[in-house]
Amino acid sequence: MSKKTENLFKGFYDVSPLLLPVVPFGIIFGAIGIELGFGPYITYATSIIIFSGASQIVFFQLLSNGASSIIAITSSSVVSTRHLLYGAVVVQYLSKLSLTWKIFLSYLLTDQSFAVSQEFFKKNPNDEYKHYYLLGAGLTLWTIWQITTIIGILLGSIVPDELGLTFTIPLTFLALLINYFRKIDHLFVILISGLSSIIFYDAPFKSYIIISSLLSLTAIFLLIKFKKKI
Amino acid sequence: MNIWISIIIAGIINYLSRLGSVLLIKPERLNENTKKILSYVPSAVFPAIIFPAVFLNESNAIVQINDPKIIGFIVSIIIGYLSKSIITTIISGLLSYWLVIFLF
Repeated sequence: MSKKTENLFKGFYDVSPLLLPVVPFGIIFGAIGIELGFGPYITYATSIIIFSGASQIVFFQLLSNGASSIIAITSSSVVSTRHLLYGAVVVQYLSKLSLTWKIFLSYLLTDQSFAVSQEFFKKNPNDEYKHYYLLGAGLTLWTIWQITTIIGILLGSIVPDELGLTFTIPLTFLALLINYFRKIDHLFVILISGLSSIIFYDAPFKSYIIISSLLSLTAIFLLIKFKKKI
Repeated sequence: MNIWISIIIAGIINYLSRLGSVLLIKPERLNENTKKILSYVPSAVFPAIIFPAVFLNESNAIVQINDPKIIGFIVSIIIGYLSKSIITTIISGLLSYWLVIFLF
Protein backbone atom coordinates (compact mmCIF):
# COMPACT_ATOMS: atom_id res chain seq x y z
CA MET A 1 0.00 0.00 0.00
CA SER A 2 1.37 3.41 -0.86
CA LYS A 3 1.87 5.96 1.89
CA LYS A 4 -1.03 8.01 0.50
CA THR A 5 -3.56 5.18 0.68
CA GLU A 6 -2.18 4.10 4.04
CA ASN A 7 -2.78 7.55 5.52
CA LEU A 8 -6.17 7.80 3.83
CA PHE A 9 -7.27 4.53 5.44
CA LYS A 10 -5.76 5.45 8.77
CA GLY A 11 -7.87 8.61 8.80
CA PHE A 12 -10.93 6.55 7.97
CA TYR A 13 -10.09 3.99 10.65
CA ASP A 14 -9.35 6.50 13.42
CA VAL A 15 -12.47 8.54 12.81
CA SER A 16 -14.85 5.56 12.72
CA PRO A 17 -15.46 5.33 16.50
CA LEU A 18 -16.50 8.98 16.33
CA LEU A 19 -19.28 8.07 13.88
CA LEU A 20 -21.30 6.58 16.71
CA PRO A 21 -23.05 9.88 17.50
CA VAL A 22 -22.87 11.17 13.91
CA VAL A 23 -25.23 8.47 12.64
CA PRO A 24 -28.16 9.13 15.02
CA PHE A 25 -27.51 12.89 14.91
CA GLY A 26 -27.66 12.95 11.11
CA ILE A 27 -30.91 10.99 11.09
CA ILE A 28 -32.38 13.20 13.82
CA PHE A 29 -31.33 16.31 11.89
CA GLY A 30 -32.98 15.09 8.68
CA ALA A 31 -36.17 14.26 10.57
CA ILE A 32 -36.17 17.63 12.37
CA GLY A 33 -35.83 19.51 9.08
CA ILE A 34 -38.93 17.79 7.75
CA GLU A 35 -40.87 18.15 11.03
CA LEU A 36 -40.14 21.88 11.11
CA GLY A 37 -41.54 22.12 7.60
CA PHE A 38 -38.40 22.90 5.58
CA GLY A 39 -39.01 20.10 3.10
CA PRO A 40 -36.55 17.51 1.76
CA TYR A 41 -34.56 19.71 -0.65
CA ILE A 42 -33.81 22.55 1.75
CA THR A 43 -33.07 20.15 4.60
CA TYR A 44 -30.64 18.16 2.50
CA ALA A 45 -29.07 21.25 0.89
CA THR A 46 -27.88 22.47 4.32
CA SER A 47 -25.94 19.22 4.78
CA ILE A 48 -23.96 19.94 1.62
CA ILE A 49 -23.77 23.74 1.76
CA ILE A 50 -23.35 24.33 5.50
CA PHE A 51 -22.10 20.81 6.40
CA SER A 52 -21.91 21.36 10.13
CA GLY A 53 -24.50 19.68 12.34
CA ALA A 54 -24.47 22.28 15.10
CA SER A 55 -24.76 25.23 12.69
CA GLN A 56 -27.51 23.51 10.71
CA ILE A 57 -29.63 22.79 13.80
CA VAL A 58 -29.22 26.35 15.10
CA PHE A 59 -30.12 27.74 11.68
CA PHE A 60 -33.35 25.68 11.40
CA GLN A 61 -34.42 26.13 15.00
CA LEU A 62 -34.12 29.91 14.85
CA LEU A 63 -35.93 30.23 11.52
CA SER A 64 -38.77 27.97 12.64
CA ASN A 65 -39.12 29.98 15.86
CA GLY A 66 -39.77 33.02 13.72
CA ALA A 67 -36.32 34.62 13.94
CA SER A 68 -35.21 36.70 10.95
CA SER A 69 -32.80 35.28 8.35
CA ILE A 70 -30.12 37.67 9.57
CA ILE A 71 -30.34 36.30 13.12
CA ALA A 72 -30.27 32.70 11.85
CA ILE A 73 -27.28 33.36 9.58
CA THR A 74 -25.41 35.27 12.29
CA SER A 75 -25.97 32.60 14.93
CA SER A 76 -24.99 29.68 12.70
CA SER A 77 -21.87 31.63 11.71
CA VAL A 78 -20.94 32.45 15.30
CA VAL A 79 -21.30 28.74 16.18
CA SER A 80 -18.93 28.03 13.31
CA THR A 81 -16.19 30.48 14.40
CA ARG A 82 -14.48 27.70 16.38
CA HIS A 83 -13.20 26.42 13.03
CA LEU A 84 -10.93 29.47 12.83
CA LEU A 85 -9.08 28.00 15.81
CA TYR A 86 -8.97 24.53 14.23
CA GLY A 87 -7.58 26.07 11.04
CA ALA A 88 -4.87 27.89 12.98
CA VAL A 89 -3.73 24.54 14.41
CA VAL A 90 -3.74 22.48 11.20
CA VAL A 91 -2.19 25.21 9.03
CA GLN A 92 1.06 24.61 10.91
CA TYR A 93 1.23 21.26 9.15
CA LEU A 94 -0.50 22.03 5.86
CA SER A 95 1.02 25.35 4.84
CA LYS A 96 3.08 23.79 2.03
CA LEU A 97 0.05 22.35 0.25
CA SER A 98 -1.29 23.81 -2.97
CA LEU A 99 -4.23 26.20 -2.95
CA THR A 100 -6.53 23.51 -4.39
CA TRP A 101 -5.72 21.16 -1.53
CA LYS A 102 -6.27 23.91 1.03
CA ILE A 103 -9.63 24.85 -0.48
CA PHE A 104 -10.78 21.25 -0.55
CA LEU A 105 -9.44 20.13 2.84
CA SER A 106 -10.91 23.19 4.57
CA TYR A 107 -14.37 22.10 3.50
CA LEU A 108 -13.75 18.80 5.28
CA LEU A 109 -12.42 20.40 8.49
CA THR A 110 -15.00 19.46 11.13
CA ASP A 111 -14.78 18.94 14.89
CA GLN A 112 -14.09 15.23 14.54
CA SER A 113 -11.74 15.34 11.55
CA PHE A 114 -9.81 18.13 13.29
CA ALA A 115 -9.60 16.18 16.54
CA VAL A 116 -8.08 13.05 15.03
CA SER A 117 -5.94 14.87 12.43
CA GLN A 118 -4.21 17.20 14.85
CA GLU A 119 -3.13 14.16 16.92
CA PHE A 120 -1.83 12.46 13.77
CA PHE A 121 -0.05 15.60 12.55
CA LYS A 122 1.61 16.08 15.93
CA LYS A 123 2.98 12.53 15.81
CA ASN A 124 3.93 12.60 12.09
CA PRO A 125 5.01 16.16 11.34
CA ASN A 126 7.45 15.04 8.65
CA ASP A 127 5.15 12.70 6.76
CA GLU A 128 4.98 14.10 3.24
CA TYR A 129 1.46 12.77 2.69
CA LYS A 130 -0.01 13.53 6.11
CA HIS A 131 -2.85 15.54 4.53
CA TYR A 132 -4.26 12.28 3.14
CA TYR A 133 -5.12 11.42 6.73
CA LEU A 134 -7.38 14.49 7.03
CA LEU A 135 -8.80 13.65 3.61
CA GLY A 136 -9.70 10.12 4.74
CA ALA A 137 -11.22 11.25 8.03
CA GLY A 138 -13.05 14.17 6.43
CA LEU A 139 -14.49 12.21 3.51
CA THR A 140 -15.71 9.49 5.86
CA LEU A 141 -17.57 12.01 8.01
CA TRP A 142 -18.90 13.84 4.98
CA THR A 143 -20.26 10.64 3.40
CA ILE A 144 -21.90 9.42 6.61
CA TRP A 145 -23.42 12.86 7.27
CA GLN A 146 -24.94 12.95 3.77
CA ILE A 147 -26.32 9.41 3.97
CA THR A 148 -27.78 9.81 7.45
CA THR A 149 -29.39 13.16 6.61
CA ILE A 150 -31.12 11.47 3.67
CA ILE A 151 -32.23 8.56 5.87
CA GLY A 152 -33.72 11.04 8.37
CA ILE A 153 -35.47 12.94 5.58
CA LEU A 154 -36.95 9.77 4.07
CA LEU A 155 -37.77 7.77 7.17
CA GLY A 156 -38.42 10.51 9.76
CA SER A 157 -37.82 10.02 13.47
CA ILE A 158 -36.79 6.37 13.40
CA VAL A 159 -34.38 7.02 16.24
CA PRO A 160 -36.47 6.67 19.43
CA ASP A 161 -36.23 9.72 21.67
CA GLU A 162 -36.13 7.50 24.76
CA LEU A 163 -32.69 6.17 23.82
CA GLY A 164 -31.27 9.62 24.45
CA LEU A 165 -28.71 9.15 21.69
CA THR A 166 -27.97 12.87 21.55
CA PHE A 167 -26.07 12.20 24.77
CA THR A 168 -23.41 10.48 22.64
CA ILE A 169 -22.42 13.93 21.33
CA PRO A 170 -20.89 15.20 24.60
CA LEU A 171 -19.54 11.70 25.25
CA THR A 172 -17.60 11.75 21.97
CA PHE A 173 -16.03 15.10 22.69
CA LEU A 174 -15.22 13.89 26.18
CA ALA A 175 -13.55 10.81 24.71
CA LEU A 176 -11.47 13.06 22.46
CA LEU A 177 -10.20 14.93 25.51
CA ILE A 178 -9.64 11.94 27.75
CA ASN A 179 -5.86 11.86 27.29
CA TYR A 180 -5.63 15.51 28.29
CA PHE A 181 -7.21 14.80 31.67
CA ARG A 182 -3.81 13.57 32.85
CA LYS A 183 -2.19 16.92 32.18
CA ILE A 184 -2.82 19.57 34.80
CA ASP A 185 -2.45 22.52 32.40
CA HIS A 186 -4.99 21.00 30.00
CA LEU A 187 -7.32 20.18 32.86
CA PHE A 188 -7.17 23.84 33.86
CA VAL A 189 -8.15 24.92 30.32
CA ILE A 190 -10.92 22.29 30.20
CA LEU A 191 -12.46 23.48 33.48
CA ILE A 192 -12.30 27.18 32.60
CA SER A 193 -13.89 26.54 29.21
CA GLY A 194 -16.56 24.21 30.63
CA LEU A 195 -17.56 26.56 33.44
CA SER A 196 -17.73 29.59 31.18
CA SER A 197 -19.87 27.69 28.68
CA ILE A 198 -22.44 27.21 31.45
CA ILE A 199 -22.15 30.84 32.60
CA PHE A 200 -22.35 32.30 29.09
CA TYR A 201 -24.81 29.79 27.68
CA ASP A 202 -27.45 32.47 27.16
CA ALA A 203 -25.08 34.91 25.45
CA PRO A 204 -26.46 36.29 22.16
CA PHE A 205 -26.07 34.40 18.85
CA LYS A 206 -24.99 31.17 20.57
CA SER A 207 -21.62 32.78 21.15
CA TYR A 208 -20.90 30.76 24.30
CA ILE A 209 -18.66 28.28 22.44
CA ILE A 210 -16.28 30.86 21.03
CA ILE A 211 -16.42 33.00 24.21
CA SER A 212 -15.49 30.01 26.38
CA SER A 213 -12.76 28.90 23.96
CA LEU A 214 -11.12 32.33 23.87
CA LEU A 215 -11.50 32.86 27.62
CA SER A 216 -9.79 29.57 28.47
CA LEU A 217 -7.00 30.19 25.93
CA THR A 218 -6.45 33.64 27.44
CA ALA A 219 -6.37 32.08 30.91
CA ILE A 220 -3.65 29.57 29.96
CA PHE A 221 -1.73 32.30 28.15
CA LEU A 222 -1.71 34.43 31.31
CA LEU A 223 -0.81 31.43 33.46
CA ILE A 224 2.18 30.55 31.26
CA LYS A 225 3.33 34.16 31.26
CA PHE A 226 2.95 34.39 35.01
CA LYS A 227 4.86 31.14 35.57
CA LYS A 228 7.75 32.39 33.44
CA LYS A 229 8.08 35.44 35.64
CA ILE A 230 8.57 33.41 38.84
CA MET B 1 -35.02 36.79 2.65
CA ASN B 2 -35.44 33.75 0.42
CA ILE B 3 -34.41 30.65 2.37
CA TRP B 4 -32.09 29.47 -0.39
CA ILE B 5 -30.18 32.75 -0.27
CA SER B 6 -29.98 32.48 3.53
CA ILE B 7 -28.59 28.94 3.31
CA ILE B 8 -26.01 29.95 0.73
CA ILE B 9 -24.86 32.94 2.81
CA ALA B 10 -24.72 30.80 5.97
CA GLY B 11 -22.81 28.16 3.98
CA ILE B 12 -20.29 30.64 2.63
CA ILE B 13 -19.61 32.13 6.08
CA ASN B 14 -19.34 28.65 7.61
CA TYR B 15 -16.88 27.65 4.92
CA LEU B 16 -14.85 30.83 5.31
CA SER B 17 -14.49 30.11 9.02
CA ARG B 18 -12.86 26.80 8.02
CA LEU B 19 -10.74 28.21 5.22
CA GLY B 20 -9.82 31.56 6.82
CA SER B 21 -6.97 30.50 9.08
CA VAL B 22 -5.68 27.87 6.66
CA LEU B 23 -5.41 30.42 3.91
CA LEU B 24 -4.27 33.51 5.82
CA ILE B 25 -2.00 32.32 8.61
CA LYS B 26 1.66 31.91 7.74
CA PRO B 27 2.93 29.36 10.26
CA GLU B 28 6.51 30.60 10.03
CA ARG B 29 5.27 33.92 11.43
CA LEU B 30 3.73 32.25 14.49
CA ASN B 31 6.03 32.57 17.48
CA GLU B 32 6.61 29.72 19.93
CA ASN B 33 4.21 31.19 22.48
CA THR B 34 1.33 31.28 19.99
CA LYS B 35 2.06 27.72 18.89
CA LYS B 36 2.07 26.65 22.52
CA ILE B 37 -1.30 28.33 23.14
CA LEU B 38 -2.74 26.77 19.95
CA SER B 39 -1.85 23.32 21.27
CA TYR B 40 -4.61 23.88 23.84
CA VAL B 41 -7.33 24.41 21.21
CA PRO B 42 -9.06 21.01 21.67
CA SER B 43 -9.09 21.49 25.45
CA ALA B 44 -10.46 25.00 24.97
CA VAL B 45 -13.22 24.30 22.44
CA PHE B 46 -14.60 20.82 23.23
CA PRO B 47 -15.61 21.47 26.88
CA ALA B 48 -17.89 24.27 25.64
CA ILE B 49 -19.73 21.62 23.63
CA ILE B 50 -19.62 19.00 26.42
CA PHE B 51 -20.63 20.94 29.54
CA PRO B 52 -23.95 22.47 28.43
CA ALA B 53 -25.01 19.13 26.90
CA VAL B 54 -24.36 17.35 30.21
CA PHE B 55 -25.15 19.91 32.88
CA LEU B 56 -28.11 21.79 31.39
CA ASN B 57 -31.60 20.41 30.80
CA GLU B 58 -34.06 21.37 28.05
CA SER B 59 -35.06 24.56 29.83
CA ASN B 60 -31.40 25.56 30.22
CA ALA B 61 -31.41 25.01 34.00
CA ILE B 62 -28.61 23.13 35.74
CA VAL B 63 -29.54 19.46 36.17
CA GLN B 64 -29.76 17.59 39.47
CA ILE B 65 -26.66 15.85 40.76
CA ASN B 66 -28.28 12.41 40.26
CA ASP B 67 -29.28 13.12 36.65
CA PRO B 68 -28.58 10.13 34.35
CA LYS B 69 -26.38 12.37 32.19
CA ILE B 70 -24.16 13.22 35.17
CA ILE B 71 -23.84 9.52 36.05
CA GLY B 72 -22.95 8.67 32.45
CA PHE B 73 -20.49 11.55 32.35
CA ILE B 74 -18.67 10.47 35.53
CA VAL B 75 -18.53 6.79 34.54
CA SER B 76 -17.27 7.81 31.12
CA ILE B 77 -14.47 9.93 32.61
CA ILE B 78 -13.33 7.16 34.97
CA ILE B 79 -13.44 4.38 32.37
CA GLY B 80 -11.88 6.67 29.76
CA TYR B 81 -9.11 7.69 32.12
CA LEU B 82 -8.26 4.06 32.84
CA SER B 83 -8.74 2.63 29.34
CA LYS B 84 -7.41 5.55 27.28
CA SER B 85 -9.68 4.29 24.51
CA ILE B 86 -12.09 6.55 22.63
CA ILE B 87 -14.65 3.89 21.84
CA THR B 88 -14.63 2.45 25.41
CA THR B 89 -15.15 5.94 26.81
CA ILE B 90 -18.21 6.58 24.64
CA ILE B 91 -19.76 3.12 25.12
CA SER B 92 -19.26 3.05 28.90
CA GLY B 93 -20.89 6.47 29.24
CA LEU B 94 -23.83 5.48 27.06
CA LEU B 95 -24.35 2.12 28.78
CA SER B 96 -24.30 3.60 32.28
CA TYR B 97 -26.70 6.32 31.12
CA TRP B 98 -29.05 3.68 29.71
CA LEU B 99 -28.73 1.60 32.87
CA VAL B 100 -29.92 4.56 34.95
CA ILE B 101 -32.79 5.65 32.68
CA PHE B 102 -34.14 2.15 32.05
CA LEU B 103 -33.71 0.60 35.50
CA PHE B 104 -34.59 3.46 37.85
